[in-house]
Amino acid sequence: MAAPAPALVRPMKTGAELALAETFAAVRASLPGGPDVAAQRTAAFDTFADAGLPHRRVESWKYTDLRALMRDAKPLAPLPDADAKAKAVAAGSLFSTLGFRRLVVVNGTFVPELSDLADLEPGLTIASMADALADPTGLPASYLGRTVASSDAVLALNTALMGDGVVVHVAAGAAVTRPVELVFVTTAETPVAAFTRSLVVVEDGARLSLVESHEGPAGIAYQVNTALELVVGAGATFERVKVTTEGSDAVHLATMLAKVAADASFSNTFFTTGGAVVRNQLLLHLAGESVKAHMGGVSLLAGKQHADTMLSVDHAAPAGESRESFRAVLDGASQDIFQGKIAVRQAAQKTDARMLSRALLLTETAESCNKPELEIFADDVQCGHGCTTGTLDQQIKFYLMARGIPAKEAEALLIQAFVGEVIDAIGEEGIRTALAEATRAWLLGRE
Amino acid sequence: MAAVQDTVEQVRSIDVDQYKYGFETNIESEKAPKGLSEEVIRFISTKKEEPEWMLQWRLDAYARWLTMQEPEWARVSYPQIDFQDLYYYSQPKKFKAPKSLDEVDPEILKTYEKLGIPLREQVILAGVEIPEGERPKIAVDAVFDSVSVATTFKEELKAAGVIFMPISEALREHPDLVKQYLGSVVPATDNYYATLNQAVFSDGSFVYIPPGVRCPMELSTYFRINEKNTGQFERTLIIADKGSYVSYLEGCTAPMRDENQLHAAVVELVALDDAEIKYSTVQNWYPGDAEGKGGIYNFVTKRGDCRGRNSKISWTQVETGSAITWKYPSCVLRGEGSSGEFYSIAISNGRQQVDSGTKMIHLGKNTTSRIISKGISAGKSNNTYRGLVSAHRKAAGARNFTNCDSLLIGDLCGAHTVPYIEAKNPTAQFEHEATTSKISEDMLFYCMQRGLSQEDAVALVVNGFVRDVLQQLPMEFAVEAQKLISISLEGSVG
Amino acid sequence: MAPLLEIKDLHAEIAGGRKIINGMNLTINPGEVHAIMGPNGAGKSTLSYVLSGKPGYEITGGEVIFRGVNLLDLSPDERAAHGLFLCFQYPLEIPGVSNMAFLHTAVNSQRKKRGEVELTSPELVRKVRELGKTLGIDADMLKRPVNVGFSGGEKKRNETLQMMLLEPYFCVLDEADSGLDIDALKVVSNGVNALRSPERSMLVITHYQRLLDYIVPDVVHVFNAGRIVHTGGKELALELEATGYAQYQSEAA
Repeated sequence: MAAPAPALVRPMKTGAELALAETFAAVRASLPGGPDVAAQRTAAFDTFADAGLPHRRVESWKYTDLRALMRDAKPLAPLPDADAKAKAVAAGSLFSTLGFRRLVVVNGTFVPELSDLADLEPGLTIASMADALADPTGLPASYLGRTVASSDAVLALNTALMGDGVVVHVAAGAAVTRPVELVFVTTAETPVAAFTRSLVVVEDGARLSLVESHEGPAGIAYQVNTALELVVGAGATFERVKVTTEGSDAVHLATMLAKVAADASFSNTFFTTGGAVVRNQLLLHLAGESVKAHMGGVSLLAGKQHADTMLSVDHAAPAGESRESFRAVLDGASQDIFQGKIAVRQAAQKTDARMLSRALLLTETAESCNKPELEIFADDVQCGHGCTTGTLDQQIKFYLMARGIPAKEAEALLIQAFVGEVIDAIGEEGIRTALAEATRAWLLGRE
Repeated sequence: MAAVQDTVEQVRSIDVDQYKYGFETNIESEKAPKGLSEEVIRFISTKKEEPEWMLQWRLDAYARWLTMQEPEWARVSYPQIDFQDLYYYSQPKKFKAPKSLDEVDPEILKTYEKLGIPLREQVILAGVEIPEGERPKIAVDAVFDSVSVATTFKEELKAAGVIFMPISEALREHPDLVKQYLGSVVPATDNYYATLNQAVFSDGSFVYIPPGVRCPMELSTYFRINEKNTGQFERTLIIADKGSYVSYLEGCTAPMRDENQLHAAVVELVALDDAEIKYSTVQNWYPGDAEGKGGIYNFVTKRGDCRGRNSKISWTQVETGSAITWKYPSCVLRGEGSSGEFYSIAISNGRQQVDSGTKMIHLGKNTTSRIISKGISAGKSNNTYRGLVSAHRKAAGARNFTNCDSLLIGDLCGAHTVPYIEAKNPTAQFEHEATTSKISEDMLFYCMQRGLSQEDAVALVVNGFVRDVLQQLPMEFAVEAQKLISISLEGSVG
Repeated sequence: MAPLLEIKDLHAEIAGGRKIINGMNLTINPGEVHAIMGPNGAGKSTLSYVLSGKPGYEITGGEVIFRGVNLLDLSPDERAAHGLFLCFQYPLEIPGVSNMAFLHTAVNSQRKKRGEVELTSPELVRKVRELGKTLGIDADMLKRPVNVGFSGGEKKRNETLQMMLLEPYFCVLDEADSGLDIDALKVVSNGVNALRSPERSMLVITHYQRLLDYIVPDVVHVFNAGRIVHTGGKELALELEATGYAQYQSEAA
């Protein structure tokens, strides 16, 4: 007889979990999609109900205890009215002068009249997710929930409650030269929740550059749960930049699932300055040979902001190359989390994977936690990760000051150089300039 | 190329049998009844003639253990351990605490002789040519199953004021010291296996180095599991008082048996102001056969507390044995200016599973730590480095440098790195780097072109890979370790 | 004529206690080049750091009057803007900050502080390129991050370029010849000599006489145990080369 096993303790349901269950029960019938989608939603909600909100003992959420950080669940945002739409016109201003094709989602609903749907390039198709879900032969029917397997509770919650979003398709061989910008904006004056889901399919040999921005009002405790599924075909090229400038009290949970075929090129960069709690999770599956993947991230945090980046890069095929480069600059009592895992399966010989995460702590009260992880089952590989945390190099700061540069400016120069290593790797020049500008603005706003 | 030549010679001279410590000693033993219960714990405590507080300490741990769950976070898998199917105490039948070596059962002496462990007060070190007179002395405490059977050089150590004896004896002779420090580094609440150890530990070594004393010789404990179905639960406690220094070595082997055996030890180190403890382990428990049958489950809790200012604790480990290794020798850097080190070589072959690493907890100002970990995976094994480096709010000026390298030999094994790096102080400066790569074919080819066999070439390259860590071992141990590494990797290239 | 720089009974120690500068006095007039020579560990580099305001040193007494103000009251950048330039013995590498951007920021920070018109980018680029030519610094070196991957000679040329561009009143050259071969030494000293003028003074800190063949000083001081123990003309350097510092070490004690 073994030692008596302790009674299995089922997690107590938190207020937020109970409210989410109520919400799902109340709205499930009215959510978009046919019976197949409804079944998918039910299964997903069961997954969520079993796991509950992620907490410290869920390894991939070790440093972001949502049970504590998300005390309650807000009601679903209503459809945007004229007032909401009017407020959304100015959204996405970081890139507004760059002439990108703007697609605007207000309070979780795609708004065609604010979006630029004219003169679509050959091969480019755009639809609202709600419409596409209703079409049993549409793209979501083929791809949604089938890109990368994940049992993540926050993603499951998104699948259960997904309302609207954008579906972008680029036909084989089509090169879309004008970047597409997905503008997600919350305009509510009371705390609401939005669950958006988007799907992007870039067929073989095609090319797409995507910018995604998320913003909302300061001082309102709204909640965003957004997910993007991506399929990149053989030899295709995809680049994405996700900018999170949510309001001061917002909880922003974002998941990206990306499946990339042979010889394709994938790039993703996170740029985060806003939100009370921000979680960016990226699950990348390198399904075909010789994929080139690049992932970058910049978090500029202050006050009590908490940002968590979780990456999982799955090298499933030979000769893939992945590069990850993340920077966090931490002011006030902010916290930055970086968890990055590189997994190399036995078949993925000749993998070349490298990851670097660096945090800069500017105050006595900032915190940085890093968990760079390697999981290697193939022997003919080159994998490595590096991680540093520390404060600004005082020797270099003195050198700059000895040349006449004031302390504050010397710090700004060094911080810009620190994050510049990530921003400079972005392909679109306009985006690079805009993000460098946003970095300067953030530095100017420091006390 | 003299060094290379030496290495090659050594690789040549080693036996080809995979595990040369796998013999069994035929000796009658006396055991506690099988299984774990309050009665068994009382039995152990009575056998050891322990004071009442000690029994209570054990029973408290047992009560707590019953409410705990086995940890599951490590990357190891094994069938559920039936804790009631184990013997928790076994001692050689004719055992009676020996007054001198002459009283030790000759069978046991022979066992240690076969293992190359010098229980006679002389220095026997196979393979090292050191002129007479310059040979370092090593004092040995030999633990056979649940009891300490011999401790050497007691008199000479006593003259220096050093206390080195079985912990059961220390409980009788130095109860206040033991009571003051036992459990102060690894508390009853720590983890499942440590709590179990606290309830049932049978023996182990106790070391106390008085203020200002540099221990005149290396201290060593040699652990041997002999009995079937017997768990080994030893507990080691080392206290280095102010300004003292001690170097301590630990070795372990066990017979080849088909069933798995449990080893759940606890090691506690306390370094006071300006003291230094160097703790080296060569762990070579039976790893099981190539198909994963048998072998030791090694669930060990080792922790050092740098309690004093400018104290230093250094862990060096060479892990080649055990079916499962689950151990994280750690340092709590509490004293201002204290420093911790972890040097590790972990080799896995066959179906071995290693999940090992360290924790460096920076609590005090200007504390420093250094981690060098070399993992080598071969066969169908899995080898994981798991580590934590953290700086708390008050740990201004903390520094850590970590380097974890993994080497894969063959394409059926796994190498994993799971570091946690947590900084809560801006002046803490942490640097971590890790790499995983395959054994270089170019290098092997180069060696083979110069006439080395493939196995010699692998041994050579691997020895180069682990060199930084081997250098941390006391010299006589380094030679042993080097041999062990070569043996462990035999048959890994084919 | 008022002196350019006056060090009066200066005492300084490394934060945490060790005394490095021990009652030093020195007066330098406009246009003069002074050399400070001394054995290793005499506190020569510390002097350069104390003058330029590096954190980690505590001034325990005395003052440094430079162009009418007490330098010790100013932050490092204010000292630079007031006309003090330290040529570092080991110039730092600054990853991610291009040389040109760094020069631009430095020049305009100083100009702004002095209430002068800031230079535009084209003006600055033109000026830097011209100066670069005289030092053998090409466009590529200006684009690269400050000193990153530069050879020892390139770093010192880069320091000289900054000195020429920032036009300070007073230059402290800390072991300016360390890590230089003879050709690089000539390039650097030519740059430094070109800057010699009746308004500008220099303090050349060096262990060896060699550098003083190229940058010929007006006055030579022997520095030991944190203060000047002997002063002479340029011939003193040659004498030191022949006899060593030993005789002055006893004087200091």
